[in-house]
Amino acid sequence: MLPTRAVGLRRIALIGLAGALAVTTAACASERGSGDSASDTFIFGAAGEPKNFDPIFNDDGESFRPARQMFDTLVTYKPGTTELEGALATEWTPSNGNTTWTFTLRPNVKFHDGTPFNAAAVCFNFERWFNMKGAAAQSQMIYYGDVFEGFKNNEGDASGDPVYKSCEAKDDLTAVLNLNKAKGAFPDAFGLTSLSISSPEALQKYDADNVTQSGEAFSYPPYATDHPTGTGPYKFESFDKANKTITLVRNDEYWGEKAKTAKLIFKIIPDENARKQELAAGTIDGYDFPSPADYKSLKDQGNQVLIRPAFNILYLGINQKNNPLLRDVRVRKAIEFAINKDQLVQNRLPEGATAQDQFLPDNVPGHTPAVEKHAFDQAQARQLLAEAGATDLTLNFYVPTEVTRPYMPNPVDIAAAVTDDLKAVGIKVNVVQESWNGGFKDSVQKAGKHDLHLLGWTGDYADAGNFVGTFFGRQKAEFGFDNPEVFNALSTADAQTTPDAKKAAYENASVVISQYVPAVPLSSSPPGIVVRSDVQGLIPTPLTDERFYTVTKG
Amino acid sequence: MLRFVIRRLLQAVPTLLVLSILVFAWLRLLPGGPATALLGDKATPEKIASLNAVLGLDQPIFVQYFKFLGRVVTGDFGASLITGDTVLAEIGRAFPATVELAIAALVLAVGFGIPLGYLAARYRGRFLDNATVLTTLVGVAVPVFFFGVLLKYVFAQKLGVLPPSGRQDVTIDATHITGFFTLDGILTGELDATWDAIKHLILPAIALASIPFAVIVRITRASVLDVQQEDFVRTAESKGLTTATIRQRHVLRNALLPVSTTIGLQTGLLLAGAVLTEKVFNWNGLGSLLAQGIERRDYPRLQALLLLAALVYVIVNLLVDISYAIIDPRVRVR
Repeated sequence: MLPTRAVGLRRIALIGLAGALAVTTAACASERGSGDSASDTFIFGAAGEPKNFDPIFNDDGESFRPARQMFDTLVTYKPGTTELEGALATEWTPSNGNTTWTFTLRPNVKFHDGTPFNAAAVCFNFERWFNMKGAAAQSQMIYYGDVFEGFKNNEGDASGDPVYKSCEAKDDLTAVLNLNKAKGAFPDAFGLTSLSISSPEALQKYDADNVTQSGEAFSYPPYATDHPTGTGPYKFESFDKANKTITLVRNDEYWGEKAKTAKLIFKIIPDENARKQELAAGTIDGYDFPSPADYKSLKDQGNQVLIRPAFNILYLGINQKNNPLLRDVRVRKAIEFAINKDQLVQNRLPEGATAQDQFLPDNVPGHTPAVEKHAFDQAQARQLLAEAGATDLTLNFYVPTEVTRPYMPNPVDIAAAVTDDLKAVGIKVNVVQESWNGGFKDSVQKAGKHDLHLLGWTGDYADAGNFVGTFFGRQKAEFGFDNPEVFNALSTADAQTTPDAKKAAYENASVVISQYVPAVPLSSSPPGIVVRSDVQGLIPTPLTDERFYTVTKG
Repeated sequence: MLRFVIRRLLQAVPTLLVLSILVFAWLRLLPGGPATALLGDKATPEKIASLNAVLGLDQPIFVQYFKFLGRVVTGDFGASLITGDTVLAEIGRAFPATVELAIAALVLAVGFGIPLGYLAARYRGRFLDNATVLTTLVGVAVPVFFFGVLLKYVFAQKLGVLPPSGRQDVTIDATHITGFFTLDGILTGELDATWDAIKHLILPAIALASIPFAVIVRITRASVLDVQQEDFVRTAESKGLTTATIRQRHVLRNALLPVSTTIGLQTGLLLAGAVLTEKVFNWNGLGSLLAQGIERRDYPRLQALLLLAALVYVIVNLLVDISYAIIDPRVRVR
């Protein structure tokens, strides 16, 4: 009989051997998977999961990224620019003072379910949006609400008068859209991902309009969760919620250039550091918005950090409501004179960022060198403060924390630089830090508790109204002013029907705004996107709306 | 025994009810809210107010609470504000992930912790003991996220032998039945999927095991040292029993009593508190669900998760009490 210890050891050895055998067998088992070679699959690290896949019910970048690969819009933006080009429509012509838009459609286009794309399908989509029922569904159509302002029957808190009037399929390839009023946002807004065209048959089959409210949240119908059906270069295959992976496959019937990779996979990795390490380990091929602080190390590892043209604005907001001294334009100008924007850009913002003297990036029509400039001049700032009797000025400066945005990678750092500049001309600053989701936006945009605040905006399309109209088009708690001259300049510009007249009117509005100084424009920063060294063909775009069908690997 | 279990379960009901009130009130007293988080960059005060009205978040808090309670007793925890999926479906998917990771971590912590603690006590004051004490000190002191990132850097980035994060390679077309990826591959015969899941499990399990491992080693060591001084050990020795018998039957078994309590507490922590490890390793479990829920103020998800965490604690404590009764019959008599 063997001693007890020897029996134990033998048992352990046997278990170990069995385990090793199992592992070896498993390792030798054929690698199943798709059968595609690694170079035929592009894997992109996404920062969050999409809300759903129906573009009309979405308004955030993580939801739009997969949608953009599966859907087309009537018009789109030329890769790498904000200029329009045809997509599902080859021509788009306004008439009747821009209240009628006639779209000539691309022939021989099919939806992923094999049904034909035609004028009837276009009108079906517009009618669907306009007739959408239920407060829950309407409340999720953020971009539609912004652009078309109202529904046939507004429910819940939706209250605007609808811009949409009717849609007529003149023939198979001609769709005519009639509006109740002209809007400066068109035609650019027709390229918004939210206004992607879906298959009418799939929309009906999968109950697409049936958004319901469950407790305090919304539940989406099968169309939005499992059956998105567009005309785009990739088709939906699956969303593995346990492994947080979205898989799209090439649409071999695509009307344009066919996708270069057979599969496009979005792997959801919320933590940025984890995305970075997955890139280094080669388990993903790229991810969006790397932190500017990581650019160098990413490049050192051999990756490509592609820098997009800047299409955003960071500003120092001024609220005129709480402190009477801020109603004096001399004080507001003094604040702008006090800030050393060049130094701020150089020290606190990513490579390629530029200082701004107006609220439009330079690639948006309406940007003009004619604005009144208040370049860094501390003596001038002190003098203006003295003239206005504001030598003992104390301001509450609200700064967001726990957030990074393309226009402000690190708000706390930026705010520190601004605070130092203001203190240097004798302004006392009381910094109030609040978390982005935990009260900052409520305090600033709803309650107007602040005197100064840091905020910005990334454009949705190349229309000046999307920037300055959003900021200063009407009275807001964020800025606390009521200035008919500014409001009129902006509404006049928005009503212009020709591109030239619109450009001139927005240039005028930019000048009016620069004279009034409702806030201080600080900078525009170019956001990056990083891909591995063997990835080719990705064109970074200012609207951050990259499509991946041009991408090759290896 | 059955009466004991039922009594303990009934005691948990008021605890959970009070906790539900606290959780509900706490979430709503936090600044900001789901509408702000949902609408992101483009949130205007009007849109936030409108969304709050649609969601019913503009109603008095007690009205909201009773509506919530009414739904909860029918098993409806609502849907996540982020994904639109029912919270229970989300938890159903994340739970196996967390349990799989916790079991792996526990196997490592217990499998290495108890023998090492026992050996350290047996060779007290010698090299092995000193090395163990030092290692466990480091294990407790090093933050999990740092240890996790370090493991990834060495084994995934530099050596390239293990995947850096996630639960399974995204190009593997695996069938999921139970949600336990290691088990699913065995059930479906997709052994490469199981092997891949095991590879993904190793680093996060080591990171997560670091603290419980250190705690178990120290408790085992201390407990063994204590028990060795007990009268019954001396009695056993005087009866002429072999050293091996005394160690196995008398010392180790008695020493395991406080260790089992520790393991119970650590299991609760592993299940409810793996937030950092899951974040670092992009492990789609309850911890990730919780972290994202807090970031985005996902009330329904947070309510369900926090109540679930409390429930897990109650159940684990109950199991610990039962294990006491099994290991030490005196508890049953009391």
